[in-house]
Amino acid sequence: MSSLRWTISDTGVLALRQLRRIPRQPDLLIGYTIQPVMFVLLFRYVFGGAIQTPGFDNYADFLMPGIIVQSIAFGGFVTALAISDDMKKGLIDRFRSLPMSRIAVLSGRAFADLALNALQLAVLIAVGLLVGFSFATDILRVLLGIVLLLGLGFAFSWVFCLIGLSAGSAETSNAIGFTVIFPLTFASGAFVPPSTMPDGLRQFAEANPFTTLVDATRHLFLGAPANSDVWVSVLWIVGITVVAAFLSLRRYRSLTG
Amino acid sequence: MSSEPAIEAHGLRRSFGDVHALRGVDLVAPTGSVLGVLGPNGAGKTTAVRILTTLLQPDAGTARVAGLDVTKDAQELRSRIGLAGQYAAVDEYLTGRENLAMVGRLYHLSPSQSRTRADELLAEFDLVDAGGRVASTYSGGMRRRLDLAAALVVRPPVLFLDEPTTGLDPRSRNALWETIEERVSEGTTVLLTTQYLDEADRLADRIAVIDHGEVIAEGTSDDLKARVGGSRLEVALEDPTQAEAARAALGPLAEAGADVGVDGSRLSVPLRSDAGGVVAAVRRLDDAGVAVSDVTVRRPTLDDAFLTLTGRPAEDATDDAEVPA
Repeated sequence: MSSLRWTISDTGVLALRQLRRIPRQPDLLIGYTIQPVMFVLLFRYVFGGAIQTPGFDNYADFLMPGIIVQSIAFGGFVTALAISDDMKKGLIDRFRSLPMSRIAVLSGRAFADLALNALQLAVLIAVGLLVGFSFATDILRVLLGIVLLLGLGFAFSWVFCLIGLSAGSAETSNAIGFTVIFPLTFASGAFVPPSTMPDGLRQFAEANPFTTLVDATRHLFLGAPANSDVWVSVLWIVGITVVAAFLSLRRYRSLTG
Repeated sequence: MSSEPAIEAHGLRRSFGDVHALRGVDLVAPTGSVLGVLGPNGAGKTTAVRILTTLLQPDAGTARVAGLDVTKDAQELRSRIGLAGQYAAVDEYLTGRENLAMVGRLYHLSPSQSRTRADELLAEFDLVDAGGRVASTYSGGMRRRLDLAAALVVRPPVLFLDEPTTGLDPRSRNALWETIEERVSEGTTVLLTTQYLDEADRLADRIAVIDHGEVIAEGTSDDLKARVGGSRLEVALEDPTQAEAARAALGPLAEAGADVGVDGSRLSVPLRSDAGGVVAAVRRLDDAGVAVSDVTVRRPTLDDAFLTLTGRPAEDATDDAEVPA
């Protein structure tokens, strides 16, 4: 299977390209680290006192899984911007004119995002521990939770690949990201319990896959009741990855410029 | 080596919605030659290049490049072509060396081959000192050189250059032209699109003029110029009232059926090839007592050819051509 070997090699080359760019784009690193930290401080100290979270020791415990899920899912956003930018600058044309694997431009991004998400996760957990969050399960479950979160980030990298390829400009990517995906993360159980929301919104929040993922993380990090959240989360992650990767690749192949 | 042309396209058509970018384009470039595709913005040049470089599927028509079909053998073809597009497609956050090594890896050279080739190309393109700097610090001309170098990583037998010098200053254009000429002298077949007549004139063996998605003329630079007629005599009079006298004096020098054009104090005459040129013109004007401030003979330029072929000057069509590199 030499074509599989080249796909892996090309993915590695493109992932390395992204990772090399990180230290040269300080604004990107700030987006990845400082911004989520600001969110933690905002919710923990500004809103946190007014939010009741029955069943949790404190708001920091309730909040951290939510904010981590939001940050990880939304972290792939820079992928959409970068792909739009690559298209505008002609780099995607260059890649498409090379004898390289078709999917590598996208899979390279997704794997590079994995590294960025791991960094982001480490920063968020560290800040969470400082503001009063504490793990209440065993190491195995915590690690499982981390794997689940990285899987979520991987899945959303493909969603943002698709947005970047479809948008055609960084501005449009920005608009799609902030008007569709960002609100979705708020209409969930990430920051407040859905039971406090009005009818309609509550049902939406309960059905929102972000709520499922946040609840699964709360289970794995804090021992909160799980129901079927972990397995359903895995299904969501696999489903989103497969569908978004398929659509992205199809879009990439048929780009007309 | 087969005698098949390096680039051969027949009846290429491509529409984007209601826009007919190509309406049946034929192009041929024999191996080792330079084909210039000349036309204004929106003529269909880039669409043709995108089809020939496998980036875009034609709606109809066939094309073979380096002996391979651009749709059926696309993946194999990609390892035999180099493309330098309009926008200097380099990663601004990578250094020049990293950019070239990355492209080498994506052409499936080994890591060490890629690095060696990157260093060779940096030396060749006068970028050794800049090789360790990120490309965002490069000037427009340096970026184009890096872009062209990236297209040459595997020494492809066929090279596509889509408006390689648009937006460059004259010195950088000249440098890039010399680089392209070196490639050609080594046997590379080049398809070059341009809106600049002087560029096609200088680099191309044959020129295809495209307008509104169709090839409206094809031939050597001289063929195209010949379609506009021979040399023109341009005369500037000291006294505009002598224009009629000058017209009468120069009439016998004009080509059969052609007229002497008068515009104020300036006259323009399509010269008969056996008319005797400037000497004959000056003698006749002198005999007629017409005082002139300037007499020149001008060979027709591609500008003249473009005007004749499309009914409008090339300059009008390139007004919005000042794209930053």
